[in-house]
Amino acid sequence: MSILQEEVTRRGVIAGTGALVVSFSLARAFAQDLPPATPLTPPVTLPGSLDDERFLDSWIRIDADNSITVFTGKAELGQGIRTALLQVAAEELDVKPEDIVLVTADTGRTPNEGFTAGSQSMQNSGTAIRNAAAQVRALLLSEAAKRFAVAPAELKSENRTVLAKDGRSLTYGELVSELMLHVEAQPQSTLKDPGALRVMGKSLPRVDIPAKVTGGQAYVHDLRLDGMLHARVVLPPSPAAELSEVDASAAEAMPGVVSVVRDGNFLAVVAEKEFQTVNAMRTLAATARWQERESLPDQTDLPAELQRLEREVGTVAEAGVLSSGDNQFEATFMRPYQIHGSIGPSCAVAQMKADGSLDVWSHTQGVYPDRAAIAEMLAMPEEKVHVIHMEGSGCYGHNGADDAAADAALIATKVPGRPIRVQWMREQEHSWEPYGPAMLMKVNASLDRAGRIASWAYDVWSNTHSTRPGGAGALLAARHKSQPFQPKPPELNITPSGNGDRNANPLYAIANKRVLWHFLPDMPLRVSALRALGAYANVFAIESTIDELALMAAVDPVEFRLHHMEDPRARAVIELAAERFGWNGPQMPKNRGRGFGFARYKNLAAYLAVAMEVEVERETGRVRVVRAVSAIDSGEIVNPDGIRNQTEGGILQSISWTLYEAVAFDRTRITSTDWSSYPILRFASVPDSVEVHIIERPGEPFLGTGEAAQGPAAAAVANGIRNAIGKRLYDLPFTRDRVRSAVGHA
Amino acid sequence: MTISLTVNGSSHAIDADPATPLLYVLRDDLGLNGAKYGCGLGQCGSCTVVVDGEAVLSCMVPIMLLEGREVTTVEGLGTIDEPGPLQQAFIELQAAQCGYCIPGMMMSAHALLRRKAQPSEEEIREALTTNLCRCGTHMRILAAIRRAGELMRAASLPGPDEGRTG
Amino acid sequence: MWALKAAIVFVAAIFLAAGAFLVFAWRSEIPEDATAGEASFAPELVARGAQLAAVGNCIACHTVPGKPAFSGGLAVPTPFGTIYSTNITPDRDTGIGGWNEAAFERAMREGVDRAGNHLYPAFPYDHFTRVTAQDNRALYAFLMTRAAVKAEATENELPFPLEFRPLLAGWKLLFLRQGEVEPEAARSEEWNRGRYLVEGLGHCGACHTPRNAFGAEDRDRHFGGGEAEGWQAYAINPDSKAPIPWDEQSLAFYLRNGWHEFHGVSRGPMAEVTGNLSLLPDSDIAAIATYVVSVMGDPTPERAQRAAELREQFEADRLEQTADSQSSVALASGGQAGETLYLAACANCHQGARRQPFGGLNFELSTAVNAPNPQNIVNVVLFGLPPADGEASAVMPAFRHILSDQQLADLLAYMRESFSDEPAWSGLVEQVANTRSGAYKVTIRPSDGIERAPHNVGAEEE
Repeated sequence: MSILQEEVTRRGVIAGTGALVVSFSLARAFAQDLPPATPLTPPVTLPGSLDDERFLDSWIRIDADNSITVFTGKAELGQGIRTALLQVAAEELDVKPEDIVLVTADTGRTPNEGFTAGSQSMQNSGTAIRNAAAQVRALLLSEAAKRFAVAPAELKSENRTVLAKDGRSLTYGELVSELMLHVEAQPQSTLKDPGALRVMGKSLPRVDIPAKVTGGQAYVHDLRLDGMLHARVVLPPSPAAELSEVDASAAEAMPGVVSVVRDGNFLAVVAEKEFQTVNAMRTLAATARWQERESLPDQTDLPAELQRLEREVGTVAEAGVLSSGDNQFEATFMRPYQIHGSIGPSCAVAQMKADGSLDVWSHTQGVYPDRAAIAEMLAMPEEKVHVIHMEGSGCYGHNGADDAAADAALIATKVPGRPIRVQWMREQEHSWEPYGPAMLMKVNASLDRAGRIASWAYDVWSNTHSTRPGGAGALLAARHKSQPFQPKPPELNITPSGNGDRNANPLYAIANKRVLWHFLPDMPLRVSALRALGAYANVFAIESTIDELALMAAVDPVEFRLHHMEDPRARAVIELAAERFGWNGPQMPKNRGRGFGFARYKNLAAYLAVAMEVEVERETGRVRVVRAVSAIDSGEIVNPDGIRNQTEGGILQSISWTLYEAVAFDRTRITSTDWSSYPILRFASVPDSVEVHIIERPGEPFLGTGEAAQGPAAAAVANGIRNAIGKRLYDLPFTRDRVRSAVGHA
Repeated sequence: MTISLTVNGSSHAIDADPATPLLYVLRDDLGLNGAKYGCGLGQCGSCTVVVDGEAVLSCMVPIMLLEGREVTTVEGLGTIDEPGPLQQAFIELQAAQCGYCIPGMMMSAHALLRRKAQPSEEEIREALTTNLCRCGTHMRILAAIRRAGELMRAASLPGPDEGRTG
Repeated sequence: MWALKAAIVFVAAIFLAAGAFLVFAWRSEIPEDATAGEASFAPELVARGAQLAAVGNCIACHTVPGKPAFSGGLAVPTPFGTIYSTNITPDRDTGIGGWNEAAFERAMREGVDRAGNHLYPAFPYDHFTRVTAQDNRALYAFLMTRAAVKAEATENELPFPLEFRPLLAGWKLLFLRQGEVEPEAARSEEWNRGRYLVEGLGHCGACHTPRNAFGAEDRDRHFGGGEAEGWQAYAINPDSKAPIPWDEQSLAFYLRNGWHEFHGVSRGPMAEVTGNLSLLPDSDIAAIATYVVSVMGDPTPERAQRAAELREQFEADRLEQTADSQSSVALASGGQAGETLYLAACANCHQGARRQPFGGLNFELSTAVNAPNPQNIVNVVLFGLPPADGEASAVMPAFRHILSDQQLADLLAYMRESFSDEPAWSGLVEQVANTRSGAYKVTIRPSDGIERAPHNVGAEEE
C-alpha cells in the first residue's frame, strides 16, 4: 500500500472511539522507562513514527500548569525541522507555536526515531506528531464534553483552552490528568481540513535563527558546562597508520595540561583552556611516531578499483526484454569520493559522573544508535549512557559527529568527573570524516524508430553508502582502541528507497529495462551516508543519458521527458520548471547553455525538476551556473519558506559537488585536508538567481524534501555544459581542466 | 601576562599567552558564541570579527596585536530582543540554514556596509570571498546584506555601528 | 640680423626635424577587413594558437577579472602612468574583428595597430617581434575564433607628452630590434626551442629583466630581476637568490604545477603565467626550463653546499611529517618584537606540517626572504593570497587590517635576519606604508593564476 492511499483512508475518520489502553505506571522519569503495555489486540499500523512509539504521551505532554511539551526523536540539523514540527503540533493542538516547548532527540526524554536522515523527518515524526496532536485534542475535547455535559461537537478549542458555547471554559492543563495521554494512539485521527489550517502552510519564521544571528548558544560547540575541560585528539596521519611510540612528557608539561590519554592508536590531550589544548595537541602530534602503510587505491584508476571490489550483484528493477538498436547510447559515468564538509568541525561534550553514568552531548543524527555504539565501545550498559542532541554545524549526512561523541565519551571515562569538550580540527574533519562513496555508473540505452526509449540497461557499482547503525565498529575511537572494534560487514539489500541504488531505477515509462547493483562490500576509503546517497550520482547518470537520447531522437529534452513520464505530479514539476525558466525562449548566447534535470527523490519522496542556464568560459574551462529555476512537489506543505530554503541550499550544494569536489589521496594518505586542497563553492561563482516554485498539494502526505535537489541539480549542470559546448562530461567533478579538455580549442 | 582587550565596547583584562588567537579568547575567556572555529587556517571566514572597522579572521590574530583596538563581534550588532539592522535583515529573509557561517558573513558585511552604504552586488560578493557556506544559503545571505543596507539607509545611520560599539 | 636668421634657421630646422620625425614615425593604415571576423580556420591551427596564446599569457593582460576573456580593459600600472589593455576579441567595432592577418602580424612585429598607431611597449612587441610568421598565423586563428565581445577600450592615463604616440617611434629606434633570432647551432634543439619561447612569445624578460629610464629592458642585465604589477620578478640569471638553486626538473615542475616544494607557490603575475602554461605540452615546458636554467648557470660551490644541506634537512622533515597540520613548532614567545610576531602569526602555517603547495613555505627555502627587495613579502602579508575560485590553491589570509606598518617592518627585519644571510633591508616602514596606501600599486591574484574572481585589491587606493 502506498503512503498516499494510507493517508487518504485515514482522513475523515473520528479518533477517540476505540478502546483506551491505559498504562499502570504513574511516576516516571523517562519516557522509555515505561513498562510496555500489552496491546489488547495485535498491533495495527499507526501513522508515521507512532507505529514505533505508540503512546500519545511519548510525543505530547500537557502539565497542570497548562504548559505543553512536544517530543520528537528527530534532530534539528539546520534544515528547520524544529520549526516545521512546532507548526504541525500547534496546528492540531489548536495552540500557538510559541506555547509549545519542543524537545528534540534525547535518549532520556524523546521517542526513538532512529536517525534524522533520508528526508524522512516530516514523513515520520511530522506525521506522528500531527496525528498524536489531533488525538490529544480529541481526548481533551472529549474530557471537557464529559465535564460540561455537552456533546464534543458543541465545544471548540483555542489558545490552550476548551470553550463551551455558554462561555464555560477549561484550560488544557485543567482537563488533563496523569493518565489521560498515556494511551496508545489510534490508527486514524481527525486531522484539520486543508482549508482550516492556521499555522501549517505558512512560512513561520525559523525559531532557531534569532539566536544564531545574535550570538546565542546555538550549537554543541557553544556548550559551556561548569568545570569543563577541553580535549583534542591526535589522529593518525593515514588510515592504516599504527602508533609506534609517543613521548607524552613534553605535552604533559605544558601549561594547563591535565592529561594525555592513550589507548592503542587513540591519542588525545586534555587541558584547562582551549588554546592550551590546541598547543598541547600540536606538541603531542610532533612527538608521535606512526608506522604508515599504503592502504588506499590508485586515484587515477578508480573505475577499475571499484569494479574489482564487486562481490555480488542485486537486481534493482527488471522488465521486458533488452535489445540493441541503431540509436544506441552507451556511457560510463563516475563520481569521486566527496566530503560532507560542515563548516564547523565535529564537536561533542561528555561527562562521566560519579554514579557511573555517562552524559554525551552530540550533533549525532541518531541519539539512540549512537548511545548503543558508545555503550558497546565502553562496555557499559546502554541505560548508563545518556545521549542528548545539540545542533552542530550543517550535517548533510553521517559526518564526524558520532566520532567526536565517541572521542569525548572515551576521554571522559579516562578523565572522569569534569565535562570534556572535544572539537576536531579542520584537517581532522577533512581527513577522517566518512566520505560520500565513489560510484561508477554504466548505461546502455536505445531508442525505437518512433524515438521512444526501447531498452535501458543500467549498472551501478556502489557500496551501501550508509555504514550505520554499525555499533562500536562504526566509531573511529573504538577502531583505534587497543582492543579495537571492527566495522560490521555491510549486506546487499534491495529496498524501495535504496541506498547505493537509490534512484537507480528511472521513473520514466520504459518497457524494457534492467537495473543492476554491483555491490561492493568494502570501500578502501572510509565512507558513509552523504546527502541523497546514491541518488546524486544515479540521477546525474540517468538524466545525462535522457538528454543524449533526446538529442538522438531530435526532440527537445523537456518534451522527451514528458513523452516518457506518466506520473501526473512528475509531469507537473517538469512543466512548471520549464515554464518558469522560459525553456522555449530564445537561443542561448555563445558559450551559454541550458540544462534540465528531474527526479522524484527515492522514487517515493518529493518531486523536483530544475532548469539551469550555464556559462562556460572556453579559455579557462570555468563553469558558472547563471540561474536556476526549480519546481518542487513535497506533498502537503508545512512551511513553504523552509522548503524553499532547503531546495535552494540543495541546488547550490550540488553545484559545488558537481563542479569542484573530489577527495584527493595518494596510496597512503588523504591529501585534501583543508579548503585549500578541497575547494568548494565561493561567492564569485554563486548564480545570479535561484528560484524555487512550490506546487501545493493540500491534504496529501508530507514528502521528504531535504535531499531532493542533489541529483537533478547535478544533471542540469551536466546538461547545461553539454548544451553550451556540444560535449558531454561523464566524470564528476567538472573541473576547469576537464571542461577545457572537452572544449578543445575549436 | 595580562592583555587589555576592548570587545563590543567593554574592556577586559585577559590573562593568556599573548600568542593566543583572538578567537579562543572570545569563546573561551569571554564566553562569546558569535565567532566560530571553522578551520584555524584563515580559509573559511566563520571566525570573522571586525577590528577597528575592518573584517579580520580572529583565528589568525594573536591577541598581542589588539591592545588598544576595538573588536566587534556579532554580539555587538544587537541583541535577540533588540536586533541591529544586519541581524533584522538576516532574520527577516531567513538567511540561515545551519547558521554556523552566518555570524562570520555578517561581520564581513558589517565592515563592508560601514565603508559603503550601498555596495554593488559585485562588491558584496567580493567582501565575502573568504567566507564559506556549506548549506548553500548564499542567495539569502546576499539578499540579507542588501536588505541590511536598505534598513541602515532608511534609519539614515551614518554607519551600522553608530552607537553600538562606542 | 644674423641672430634673427639664425633663429629662423633654428626654428626651421626644428620643424624640419619634427616633420622628418613624423614621416619617420608615420605608419600606414591597413584597411579594415569586414570579413576577417568570419573567417574559418583549421582546428589544428586554432589549437596550436591556443597553446601559443598560453605561452604569451595574452589572457592575463587582456582580461579584467570577472569580465569576458580577451575583452581588454585591464589597468596595467607602469612607472609612466596607467595603460589599459585593449580588446582583442574579434568584435569589429571595439576589438580586432576588422584586422586581417597582415595587420595582426604587423602589431606583433612592429608594435603598430591596424590604423597605423604606435603601440606602447606595455604590449611587449620587443619580444613578440621574434615570433615566427607561422606562429603568428596560429595565434591569429585562435584569437579570431574567440567569442566577439563589445567592449570599448579605456583611455590611458599618461602625463604629457607621453600620450603623443609618434614619440614611440623614437623609442623603437633605440630599443626595438625587429625580427626573428637564428638558432644557435652549438646548442640542442630543446635549448633553442626554449630560447624561442622564452625570449619571444613568453616575454619572460619583460618582467625578469630590469628596465632603464626609458622603460626599456636593460640588455646588459638580462634576467637580472625586474618588476611587474607591483611585484618583484626575481633574478633568473646567476644572481638568482633561490636557496636551493633551480634545476631543469624543479623548474619544469614549477612551471607545470605552479609550485615546487623547495620554492613555494607562484603568485602575483607569475601565478597567471604558470596557470596558463598548463596548456603547454611537457616538451615545451621542459624546453623553457632547460633554457632558463642554462641562463642561471651552475651555482657556486658555496651555494651548492648550502643547498645540499637544506635539501637534506627538508627531505628528512618531509619523511617525518606526522598528521596533517597538527604538529608544528612549539610557540615560545619572547625575544624581539618581530620574532614574537612571527611565532604567533606565521609559524603555525610556515613551520607546520602541511605540505606545499597548501601549507606555508618554510622561509629557509624562500627566495623572497633572500631577494634584494622585500616587496613580495609585503604584498603577500598585507593582501594575502586570495582563494582561487573552485580550484585547489594555496590560501593565505590578508594581514593588512591587523599589522601596523611598524609591526610588519619588524616582522620583515626578523625574517631577513633569521632566514637569510643577506644584509638587512632598509626603509621598510615607508615601503609598507606606500604599499598599504596604494601609493605603490600592486595587483593581487589567487595562486591558481587564471582568475576571474576578486578584484586587484592592492591596486585600489583605500
